[in-house]
Amino acid sequence: MHAYDFATASDIRQATSSSGAFLAGGTTLVDLMKLGALRPDHVIDINSLPLRGIRTGRDGVHIGALERMSDLAIDRIIIGHYPVFAQALSVSASPQIRNMASIGGNLLQSTRCGYFRDVTTACNKRQPGSGCPTRTGDNREHAILGTSTSCVAMHASDAAVALMALDASVRLVGRDDERSVRLAEFYRLPGGSPDVENQLRPGELIAELILPKLDWARTSTYVKVRDRQSYEFALCSAAVALDVRGSRIRDARVAAGSPPSRPL
Amino acid sequence: MDPMAHKEADGDVSRRRFFTSTAAASAGLALTPSLAEAVTHQGTPPAPDGFVDVTITFNGRRVLSCLTLAAAVNGKKVTTVEGLEHDGELHPVQEAFIECDGFQCGFCTSGQIMSAVALLREGRARTDDEVREAMSGNICRRGAYANIVDAVQQAHACGKAI
Repeated sequence: MHAYDFATASDIRQATSSSGAFLAGGTTLVDLMKLGALRPDHVIDINSLPLRGIRTGRDGVHIGALERMSDLAIDRIIIGHYPVFAQALSVSASPQIRNMASIGGNLLQSTRCGYFRDVTTACNKRQPGSGCPTRTGDNREHAILGTSTSCVAMHASDAAVALMALDASVRLVGRDDERSVRLAEFYRLPGGSPDVENQLRPGELIAELILPKLDWARTSTYVKVRDRQSYEFALCSAAVALDVRGSRIRDARVAAGSPPSRPL
Repeated sequence: MDPMAHKEADGDVSRRRFFTSTAAASAGLALTPSLAEAVTHQGTPPAPDGFVDVTITFNGRRVLSCLTLAAAVNGKKVTTVEGLEHDGELHPVQEAFIECDGFQCGFCTSGQIMSAVALLREGRARTDDEVREAMSGNICRRGAYANIVDAVQQAHACGKAI
């Protein structure tokens, strides 16, 4: 691992005024730093920031971005009102990783594409313009929707697929302002610049996740198809919520994961 | 160089600069090698085939030490498998692993035991399938899973405090 500065931020303004990589659970950042795929000069530990809590408001449920996946997966409000989200969380990763990983970090996790993770190979996401070996190489688990000639990397988050179906939003906080962005607009398709994955500006962090009030979200589920029964990423997945009245489906939300390069 | 040697305070943001030797670079500042340097017994080992079982307890929850920066746990409570025994007596889960032969080469065993302790405290040993799911983050290259499940269930039934 390369040399880097480590700092602990004690308030949001200092965090958003710093330059460097934010460290929450570390399950993406430390992994990629050890591989050399990410080499930040500065690492800022944000775990002391006041970005926790699950709060029910009139507009829906607000979840602090530092809430751990394992806590959210067993939260009664989430299980009862948004079961697709609870299910997606509980089939993610492993118990240890769920204890470490923040929901904000989960949404921002890097692709599992082996070429991105292997610094000895070309990768347009890691090194723009270097090429993409999947064309003739390993591409079994890669995206088939939303891709470009530059990148077919898949987005690995189960939670993001569920949250897309629920039309969740993220509240982003920067040094001077804050804004809410729907998750459907937050993620970017790779296009010609696969290194730009989302709408975050430098220094901005995800402060909160907002699940809109949706009564029929209680009728929802998450399906994950994968090579192993547990502790494995999806080959493909779907989050579905249905507004069922009597014998009729009046409305539906469907989001697909893993075949798309970002949840659709 | 001692990675913790250099610490500056900068207002409310404390900063530490770390340097790593080339030899330690791959594990760098993850928790495992730092703990291995600090403790006398090598209870949480790196495996020669590259697989590291690194489950430890941090602030009462099981986590992966290989993905935890040592700097990030400053001042917090960390428990490794060495911390389970009490006054020279093995923890009930450790005893169960021995009695049920829940290991072969032993490299995953530290993490299996730490995970087993955690899942028993979480109340997740109601069925064998639940045990397998709750232990799914601990992989055994030698395939000792059947005996590991037996060990967990034996510890669950032994009546002693976990």
